[in-house]
Amino acid sequence: MTTDETTSTTTTTATTAGTAAGLGVAHGAWDADENGWFGDFGGRWIPEALVAALEELTVAWTEAMADEAFRSELDQVGREYAGLPSPLYEARALSEKAGVRVLLKREDLLHTGAHKIRNVLGQALLTKRMGKKRVIAETGAGQHGVASATAAAFFGLDCTVYMGAVDTRRQALNVARMRLLGAEVVPVESGSATLKDAINEAMRDWVASVDETAYLFGTAAGPHPFPSLVQSFTRGIGDEARAQCLERYGRLPHAVAACVGGGSNAIGLFTAFLDDPDVAVWGYEAGGDGVDTDRHAATIVGGGAGVLHGSRTMILADSDGQTVESHSISAGLDYPGVGPQHAHLAATGRAHYEAVTDTEAMDALALLARSEGIIPAIESAHAIAGALKLGPRLAAEHGPDALLLVNLSGRGDKDMVTATRWFGLDPEAATTDPVGDPDTDPRG
Amino acid sequence: MSAVTTGRTMADAFATAHAEDRAVLLGFLPAGFPDVETSVRAMTAMVEAGVDAIEVGLPYTDPVLDGPVIQAAAQQALDGGCRTAEVLQIVQEVAATGAPTLVMTYWNPVLAHGVERFADGLVAGGGAGLITPDLTPDHGADWIAAADERGLDKVFLVAPSSTDARVATTAQACRGFVYAAAVMGVTGARTTTSSLAGPLVARTRAATDTPVGVGLGVSNGDQAAEVASYADAVIVGSAFVRCLLDAPDTESGLAALRDTAADLAEGVRRRA
Repeated sequence: MTTDETTSTTTTTATTAGTAAGLGVAHGAWDADENGWFGDFGGRWIPEALVAALEELTVAWTEAMADEAFRSELDQVGREYAGLPSPLYEARALSEKAGVRVLLKREDLLHTGAHKIRNVLGQALLTKRMGKKRVIAETGAGQHGVASATAAAFFGLDCTVYMGAVDTRRQALNVARMRLLGAEVVPVESGSATLKDAINEAMRDWVASVDETAYLFGTAAGPHPFPSLVQSFTRGIGDEARAQCLERYGRLPHAVAACVGGGSNAIGLFTAFLDDPDVAVWGYEAGGDGVDTDRHAATIVGGGAGVLHGSRTMILADSDGQTVESHSISAGLDYPGVGPQHAHLAATGRAHYEAVTDTEAMDALALLARSEGIIPAIESAHAIAGALKLGPRLAAEHGPDALLLVNLSGRGDKDMVTATRWFGLDPEAATTDPVGDPDTDPRG
Repeated sequence: MSAVTTGRTMADAFATAHAEDRAVLLGFLPAGFPDVETSVRAMTAMVEAGVDAIEVGLPYTDPVLDGPVIQAAAQQALDGGCRTAEVLQIVQEVAATGAPTLVMTYWNPVLAHGVERFADGLVAGGGAGLITPDLTPDHGADWIAAADERGLDKVFLVAPSSTDARVATTAQACRGFVYAAAVMGVTGARTTTSSLAGPLVARTRAATDTPVGVGLGVSNGDQAAEVASYADAVIVGSAFVRCLLDAPDTESGLAALRDTAADLAEGVRRRA
């Protein structure tokens, strides 16, 4: 306790963020260099036709982040429209299970139900500033699509969302939400008809429409400047949580944890803590049926280095470099790539990554629902499952008073169809306590 | 010490065309489409009907610069099991016709195979080099070194949106020719040629003496003649793919391919 408090005293003075969006373009040791490289990862592996647009975006974003008026408008929109800052909640029942004090950053309470709103409000305001009238976006489960459609409606922009045809069928409710918000939803039939193909199709649109269109990229991946740009808009998660933690407990957490698909919520949480050497950083990837099977989405734990969607990062590909389809029960983590900064954080050992299986995540979802009255997104349930593994290790090292900060990146309303099927919650089903019931449990 | 390519390169094709005062016709098909054997027959038929050089497309799962026609063909090739080893085999068979044979590939398959090993594979099969649609020279140091060591063609793309400075650095990094992607958009046949092409070719010529090829959208002899009036090479892809995609059977597809190739070959000789 004494060493922690010494650390926190010295770091408190360095904390300036914490009110609302907590924006800022940092240029710390963990950030990209001017060409978008995080160590050996990142860069810009793209058709020449897009280079000029990405350069234009880089310049506009850099200027905007240095402009007090832009930051102030985004801060105001974040507070008044999106509900920032999100609360920090000490989950007492979950803490008992984990063996340490678990603090949940409640991104699930934000407008549209997830941290994604931070990213799209930032990118849409930037689009307006650049004088463009149309935005395009890709979406997997539909959360980034819904957030993009929301931001487009708010700022008066035309919006087209590309979504894999498989996903439009799985997530019909989100398709309806986007259409109600005024967006055009284009089902993508090519390739595996999932998120990666939606990104391909959005890029094809962008190559042809780049003069008048901005691409609202949904995660901290893709070609430079997207990994850094998205981080700059989501880093408020960690900036707020760090200040909230210091204010309430007078010390920093011993560890921070988040789920990692593309990695926008995780990098948003991690960034504020990367320069705090005593804070352990943990990312939880989607382990699907298990990383030892061929059905998972754990690119760092179970993949290799390669180039996908404009970035050199960790990907799932076969020995010929062909992208392999990922699998996760969480559509938002079901992606065969990851943001290059995560690849770098893993390679340097600054952050640790582990995989959480579908079953572990769904168990954690049920646990949080019953013990805390919070139904998390299945994505976020991976972080909860991770916390349950990490908690005992932290307790052994630091005792039960250790603080474990977990990003609850989104709420689970969108996942009720999946949860209904997984837990056998269909009203027609005879069971009254279906969780784990051997007769209805699809896990056998 | 690596072997130096003994296959014909694009310089050979441009020398022949220059002597005949015409443009080069460069034809694209995805390897393994509709299957490995037929794709070799198809590329051979194109050469016999007047195509000067062949681009063998390496089928890739995430082809962001390709329109629906080439996507569909590449997917069919992948579904049929065509991978890097098959592509290099096809290169060897097509290069045996005497036409310079390039591979057009997205970058990750080359990285996965190993840049040096891929270059060696091209040399062994008599291939001319690579066209790399998602690799720009500033990210291509490994490939540039491997190509220079072996005398392979290295073809990068310039676009209407490229600044003059980028056109210059890209053009100067090319050997064989500079690929001017002359419309802002994905691959696919278009009814009219792009008004962006002429100015892009002019800007490229200002930066290099390397020949300039124009791609994306040409589908018939008249369009080819128009492009040939200001470019050194006319690049045709989707129109050839379409011949095979639309045909009820292989033989009629090959016949359509020959007709299209002959029409285009006549066009590059007309230079209207």
